[in-house]
Amino acid sequence: MALRAICIVAVIGFAGFLAFAWRSEIPPEQPNARPAFDPALVAKGAQLAAVGNCIACHTVPGKAAFAGGLALPTPFGTIYSTNITPDAETGLGLWSEAAFQRAMRQGVDREGRHLYPAFPYDHYTRVTTEDSRALYAFIMSRDPVKATAPANELPFPFNVRLILAGWKLLFLREGELPRDASKSEAWNRGAYLTEGLGHCGACHTPRNSLGAMDAKRPFAGGEAEGWQAYAINAESPAPVPWSKDSLAQYLRHGWHPNHGVARGPMAEVTGNLGLLPDADIDAIATYVADIMGTPSPQRQQEAQKRIEDASRRQPHVASAALTQGAAGAGTARSGAAIYASACATCHDSGRPQPFGGLSFRLSSAVNAPNPQNIVNVTLFGLPPADGEAAPVMPSFAGVLSDRDMVALLNHLRAQFTDKPAWTGLEDLVRRTRTGEHKVAVRPADGIERAPANVGAEERR
Amino acid sequence: MTIELTINGKSHKVEADAATPLLYVLRNDLALNGAKFGCGLGQCGACTVLVDGKATLSCITPISLAEGRQVTTVEGLGTAEAPGPVQAAFIELQAAQCGYCIPGMMMSAQGLLQSNPAPTETEIRNALQTNLCRCGTHMRILAAIRRASELMQASLGPVANKRAG
Ligand code: FES
Ligand code: FES
Repeated sequence: MALRAICIVAVIGFAGFLAFAWRSEIPPEQPNARPAFDPALVAKGAQLAAVGNCIACHTVPGKAAFAGGLALPTPFGTIYSTNITPDAETGLGLWSEAAFQRAMRQGVDREGRHLYPAFPYDHYTRVTTEDSRALYAFIMSRDPVKATAPANELPFPFNVRLILAGWKLLFLREGELPRDASKSEAWNRGAYLTEGLGHCGACHTPRNSLGAMDAKRPFAGGEAEGWQAYAINAESPAPVPWSKDSLAQYLRHGWHPNHGVARGPMAEVTGNLGLLPDADIDAIATYVADIMGTPSPQRQQEAQKRIEDASRRQPHVASAALTQGAAGAGTARSGAAIYASACATCHDSGRPQPFGGLSFRLSSAVNAPNPQNIVNVTLFGLPPADGEAAPVMPSFAGVLSDRDMVALLNHLRAQFTDKPAWTGLEDLVRRTRTGEHKVAVRPADGIERAPANVGAEERR
Repeated sequence: MTIELTINGKSHKVEADAATPLLYVLRNDLALNGAKFGCGLGQCGACTVLVDGKATLSCITPISLAEGRQVTTVEGLGTAEAPGPVQAAFIELQAAQCGYCIPGMMMSAQGLLQSNPAPTETEIRNALQTNLCRCGTHMRILAAIRRASELMQASLGPVANKRAG
């Protein structure tokens, strides 16, 4: 009897879940039935697509823009981005605006299938209907490209899209954020761009075991394509605290004298933000600076001292390091000796950013709790951008053994920060070098997947 | 301190500080003047040599890191009488104007061709991304590297066949 009751409850429960999870198909719309888009709306959509950095995930470097197929490794398996060009067969060609709006708001495709949150609809749900309309106009007026992404490589149960309804129940809060009337216009605009289309938290907020953002630790730092996305709240590892102005300069130009150049996936973000009007960049900077909070006077003072130290050319550093390297540390391959010869010529030269090496006194990478980024840059360098001036750093993977890397990293940490030594360096270096830990290596400028780029061939 | 370096197959004992850039030792101590000083900052590629077969910027490589490794400079690719395939190709296609960048270009090319004797155009361009030429010799340099690839494959061919046989 009891068993029967349990069965009935279970069946009813499952049926209820199915009813809850079910999404209907939105009827296809034939492309030739679609009226032409207002050019002003398309232009607005282009700017918004730059904020959303859509091109970065929906493009394989060097292939057609927005045609999808990029592998996105996740802890659950590999997901391939989809073709969002208006190709009727393989892209969004048959999507009506209603279907696009639903995808942005609820993470459901035209046919009614739940989308994986690698498409950050937990952020895009905050985008206004008008802005999604402009995005739709921009996307649907690209050149259609016939391209089918490889099938996702997800093990059971993650390959069952129905479970995403459960994920959404837990983590998706649909709809726009309310305005905060106590804050400025710029702050509210910044909140809208940062929390919505900009989806900054998708990389900069840590994720829980179900791959959702940890709501209790917003902007406390996360991971992207093998790089650390630094904390951009009060825990920011930047030795010089960020300000609204320094953030704005960094987001606009991809570098700042006290913080260095954007690299890894952030280079793409700053590359794309170049399309935005200053007012929007300022708005994002206003909001993020507020999240970071006002630094204590003591921290400000320390920062001032670091800036002064860094601006002085330090020829003595090299010679002091030489002697230490040869005698003090007892080994010729000490971190100090490597630093003096391999790093100091650029990083202790006082040459200005973005082409001079950043003084490690100012480096977030060396101050950060996780050394992944400094390991990435040291091993792989910053490759030159194709056909334009850009910061370049040579790769040192060829000459620095794992042991040398550890010695060098320990030296940087001890010499330029007051933070405790890193642990587990040897293993981290080995895994990064061998590719066991995958890292996307990109130039710090002229990035492959920026709108004006050289790699992704988008005809306009 | 004394450091022992193996350059073009020959061992050299050098008296120098551990942090001395390899380029300085090559040019000043060993009179191997093929590798050039362009920027000293790892930005131009004029100083490129091979370390364990990989193209390496010698101006930012301390000699201590070259210890116990095989260093090859442009002098090690061949002689005036018997140039190696990369050198022969550069001569054949007259791929030099002032010539300052050329040793570095040759070493980057050598590093590429050793690991990949038949590179695509893109692979060649990628491998030479960090080598600058102020004279605009790029088209001839690229042609020379394609030619060097042919010469190398021709010279590899019989060896491979011999092995197979
Ligand atoms: S001299 Fe070494 S890269 Fe320019
Ligand atoms: S030939 Fe003169 S720098 Fe290249």
